[in-house]
Amino acid sequence: MTTTQEPVAEQAHGTHRMTTAKAVAEGIATEMRRDPSVVYLGEDVGAYGGIFGATGGLLDEFGPSRIIDTPISETAFIGLGIGAAVEGMRPIVEVMFTDFMGVCLDQIYNHMAKIHYESGGNVSVPMVVTMAAGGGYSDAEQHSQCLWGTLAHLPGMKVVVPSNPYDAKGLMISAIRDDGPVVYVFHKGVMGLAWMARNDRAVGDVPDEAYTVPIGKAAVCREGKDVTLVTISRSVHHALDVAERLADEDVSVEVIDLRSLVPLDRPAILASVAKTGRLVVVDEDYQSFGMSGEVVATVTDVDPHLLHAPALRVANPDTPVAYARTLEQAILPMPDRIEAAVRRVLAT
Amino acid sequence: MTTTTPTVPIGTTSLEPDVRRGLYRTMVLIRTYEEAIRREYYADKGPGFDIGKGLVPGEMHLSAGQEPVAAGICAHLTADDAVTATHRPHHLAIAHGVDLDAMTAEIFGRETGLGHGRGGHMHLFDPATHFSCSGIIAEGYPPALGQAFAFARRGSDRVAVAVTGEGAANQGAFHESLNLAALWHLPVVFVVEDNDWGISVPRSASTSVPSNAARAAAYGIPGVRVEDNAVEGVWAAAQTAVARARAGEGPSLVEVHTLRLWGHFEGDAQGYRPDLEGVAGRDPLPTYRAALEADGVLGPTEAETIARAASDRVEAAIAAAKAAPLPDPAHATDYVFA
Repeated sequence: MTTTQEPVAEQAHGTHRMTTAKAVAEGIATEMRRDPSVVYLGEDVGAYGGIFGATGGLLDEFGPSRIIDTPISETAFIGLGIGAAVEGMRPIVEVMFTDFMGVCLDQIYNHMAKIHYESGGNVSVPMVVTMAAGGGYSDAEQHSQCLWGTLAHLPGMKVVVPSNPYDAKGLMISAIRDDGPVVYVFHKGVMGLAWMARNDRAVGDVPDEAYTVPIGKAAVCREGKDVTLVTISRSVHHALDVAERLADEDVSVEVIDLRSLVPLDRPAILASVAKTGRLVVVDEDYQSFGMSGEVVATVTDVDPHLLHAPALRVANPDTPVAYARTLEQAILPMPDRIEAAVRRVLAT
Repeated sequence: MTTTTPTVPIGTTSLEPDVRRGLYRTMVLIRTYEEAIRREYYADKGPGFDIGKGLVPGEMHLSAGQEPVAAGICAHLTADDAVTATHRPHHLAIAHGVDLDAMTAEIFGRETGLGHGRGGHMHLFDPATHFSCSGIIAEGYPPALGQAFAFARRGSDRVAVAVTGEGAANQGAFHESLNLAALWHLPVVFVVEDNDWGISVPRSASTSVPSNAARAAAYGIPGVRVEDNAVEGVWAAAQTAVARARAGEGPSLVEVHTLRLWGHFEGDAQGYRPDLEGVAGRDPLPTYRAALEADGVLGPTEAETIARAASDRVEAAIAAAKAAPLPDPAHATDYVFA
């Protein structure tokens, strides 16, 4: 099930068209070739190539001493990653689903994220934790959560959430090179997996060379003047679909892909809202105490008068992600809910 | 403190014919169910394979090959005893007597399901039989301790059976549970289904000892390992472990070397699996049927009769599930709070 939608096909010199999953793997490979201290550990990352394809083909190139299948012992192997990082290695450790962080959260938030601070900056933990997130395919309550807001809430680790192949590779290289811990969350729906619903936005051109996408820098992925849609990951795709549809009605929607939650690119949010005066935040994560509130506060903390209408949030209504399709589709921030919110904020 | 294996070789058992027939009937019902769910799962996943499509969307972990564990263990339980199962729960639910119609409706995401379509196949909760399961590895062990604690506090001889796979035996929750249950003499039977594979990782690459039964010694409780997926071996081991728990003597661990006949989940091509060619030859169903026929426990046409009855029951449950209403999206946020 790790095959991807499109075969890698040569395009212009120096770029290849590929899925996000392939781009993640390529980012990892790029750094592994350059830096022998990089290793990748996790469940089913070797022969299987990662349940969501993040390590496809890497075992063949780097062998089992660097692409390492682990027992189902997350506390042990994340802790191992911390210790190895403290000693100067650059481990990447995969937690198969964000939902599974519960079994090992102490190593993540009380150790990985705090050691640098506790040591007064004397001990660094240059590691990456990768996790697959998101729903939309009826995997139910324990396999469909985003939880990036939970991670972003806990201080000491950066959190990146790419939405497309180009950013996926560049953010992976940045994450590996970062001298502190970075949680790298990939939504299953942006990976371009052949066994999920086809998603053309999960395929794109990726430069062959090593390049970085800066952590903490949002992207304006569609310029507009009437309303700002701030979002992340899979919801970026939905936001772009809605923006395209509304363009036919002469509604001009600006779409901001945050790309990182920590650090949050507050200037990018403020600049866009200063231009449009209207804000809709879309987040597949739980609504309360999370990203959507933080984005709105980013504006209201600085100048509430930037908003010509109350900001709206389209997020999970603080409900576990249900199994039955009828329920799941009502819970997730699907395009129809996003479009309705945009119309509402424009009508105010 | 035994850590050896009390395997009962097939065909030399002293089990009553009725018991043996019952074990076989349960195994057939489970297999029939899993084959039917597999059929329905793939019925509308195309073009290609889209995991989110069809009447039964999402991940599907089927238990074909692991019937001996469920049949052998649950034969000693009543609906008053608790069972906590895993992401691969159907065989245990069926053997423990979870209502087949309500379970099937849940798997089809219907309002009439065990969880009104909220949970799906990895999250089956049945208060009537004290059955539950979890999609998180090893996390079914700790709640079983609490059920056992409640049973003991109320002075009953009810027991809780906690089931995981062999991959889960490397989780902290596994070891914490064994220690706590042993320390407090809780009436728990810990079961490990060793099907050799934690998704793509073989047991040899995940586990430092050849038998998880040996780990029981670290907690001062009996541990046995049943080889060859032998249903009557499971039955015998479970009889001892359940009796010990009911008598208030504390927990035991039973590991069964079983078989994952199909993939980790449906759609898993299993390219990582070198033992794939031999898998069909290790199917426990034809083996047990042949043993029972050779012993005269099953008459010449009895296996067919059992298969037909199972099929009728399963197809009725599926037909009812398909006819049941879908959950109303207006009620998507129901049940978040009590």
